Amino acid sequence: MSRYFVDRVSRRVVYIFGVVAFLILVFIAIFILKESLPALKELGIVNILFGAKWYPSKDTFGILTMLAGSVVTTLLALAIAMPLALGCAIFLAEVAPPHIRNIVRPAVELLVGIPSVVYGLVGMLILCPVIARLSGTGSGSSVLAAAVVLAIMVLPTITSISEDSLRAVPARYKEGAFALGATHWQTIHHVLLPAARRGITAAVILGTGKAIGETMAMVMVIGNSPIFPASIFRPARTLTGNIAVEMASATGIHESALFTTGLVLFILVLLINSIGLLAYRRRA
Amino acid sequence: MDPKIQTKELGFYYGKVQALRKVTLDVKEHQITALIGPSGCGKSTFLRTLNRMNDIIPNTHLEGEVLLDGLNIYEPEIDVVEVRKRVGMVFQQPNPFPKSIFENVIFGPRMLGLNHLTSLDEVVERSLKAAALWDEVKDNLGKSGLALSGGQQQRLCLARVLAVEPEVILMDEPCSALDPLATLKIEELMQELKQSYTIVIVTHNMQQAARVSDWTGFFLLGELVEYNKTSEIFSRPKDKRTEDYITGRFG
Repeated sequence: MSRYFVDRVSRRVVYIFGVVAFLILVFIAIFILKESLPALKELGIVNILFGAKWYPSKDTFGILTMLAGSVVTTLLALAIAMPLALGCAIFLAEVAPPHIRNIVRPAVELLVGIPSVVYGLVGMLILCPVIARLSGTGSGSSVLAAAVVLAIMVLPTITSISEDSLRAVPARYKEGAFALGATHWQTIHHVLLPAARRGITAAVILGTGKAIGETMAMVMVIGNSPIFPASIFRPARTLTGNIAVEMASATGIHESALFTTGLVLFILVLLINSIGLLAYRRRA
Repeated sequence: MDPKIQTKELGFYYGKVQALRKVTLDVKEHQITALIGPSGCGKSTFLRTLNRMNDIIPNTHLEGEVLLDGLNIYEPEIDVVEVRKRVGMVFQQPNPFPKSIFENVIFGPRMLGLNHLTSLDEVVERSLKAAALWDEVKDNLGKSGLALSGGQQQRLCLARVLAVEPEVILMDEPCSALDPLATLKIEELMQELKQSYTIVIVTHNMQQAARVSDWTGFFLLGELVEYNKTSEIFSRPKDKRTEDYITGRFG
């Protein structure tokens, strides 16, 4: 009897934990929405989303420049990270002998564990001065610096999921290709990569979600000026940075506008991750 | 007539485990050679040494020689891609690529850079006809190869091999995943193909060996126990072990 009792109780307990995890998400969503409402009501969603000017002193809160800042740094980061990550995944899945793979794969995965602030620090102290010298102006805090730091940060995510997808391609496809006289590289290019396409797409989308949400490292290297990212050598500001930089000093409608920034970010990341997870589950 | 393929004292090892012991065998041109024997006897391993498919498996090594038209295909200066072009292979599980029927057939010629020789459409039609699949798929060449039935998939794999115009076709239990009707179709096809190709087939099914082949080799524990005309092997086996196997006393 007591065994069944323990069984029943533990089932209830973990059930509650599961529900709590879900409720936390719902609670945060409701909280952000509630805090955003004053700004949404007073300024209107169109003015906030498509307003290009962010002047808290004049009660003007348009987040378009920050939205552009986030999107441009993320896309640039992906453009840098994609070839690297894919190359690394192909190397690990197909080329590296086991003893090399056993060193490189954990090393790539350890990159995930490095705190974001450390990436920011390295970016500030090494990357920004180099960019300042290259561009000839400013401190080097720029879209480019942010994109490079972001690229390194999403590299492990994209690499390991892509590698898993390549490994998940049935061995009989590879054998078939070899038996038809394809070389190893032709097999990778024409058989393995197309067969792993969905998984790789999912990897990139999940990496995108991670990149859009990154805050600390971005604040440290992007310069945080709320201006349109017209040049990669100039500063900009991301949605995440907007909240981090101003929250401490904001009150009233300004504070509410920052929550609206958070709401936009929340929805954006939710959408991207859902698409990513969907693609990941549906991979062949 | 000289044999198409000759193996001489062929030995093969997975790590330290010896899978083949001094196998010496001649494959005659334009004949069907069947390799039979219980699971794990080395017949598939042997088949895969004939087009160097075992090269992909790490930690293996080979001793002895495999001569294709008198040339050892394991010589260092031999191009393995050229070997596999001349010696095609059909596997146990039908393994069409997740591409269209057209793309599956044209894959080999594309990889070998032969697309300029003749029009791709012609190659596809000729190969599918030779594999007796053309009439069933000619209106649906854009359909995925994976959407076909198992028997059709296996014939697609055969068409894919024929498209590179090999001299020898290796078949590794090509019918074990197929129903009796699809099996019959493949067997009929083999009789036609042997006019132009040399075929080596590994089969679990002794009746199949007796039905389709001209020559039969019986493998046991990595050794070639007996090799002779199929009619001889099945009516007057010389070795006691062969007799025990074909009469169903083990295996």
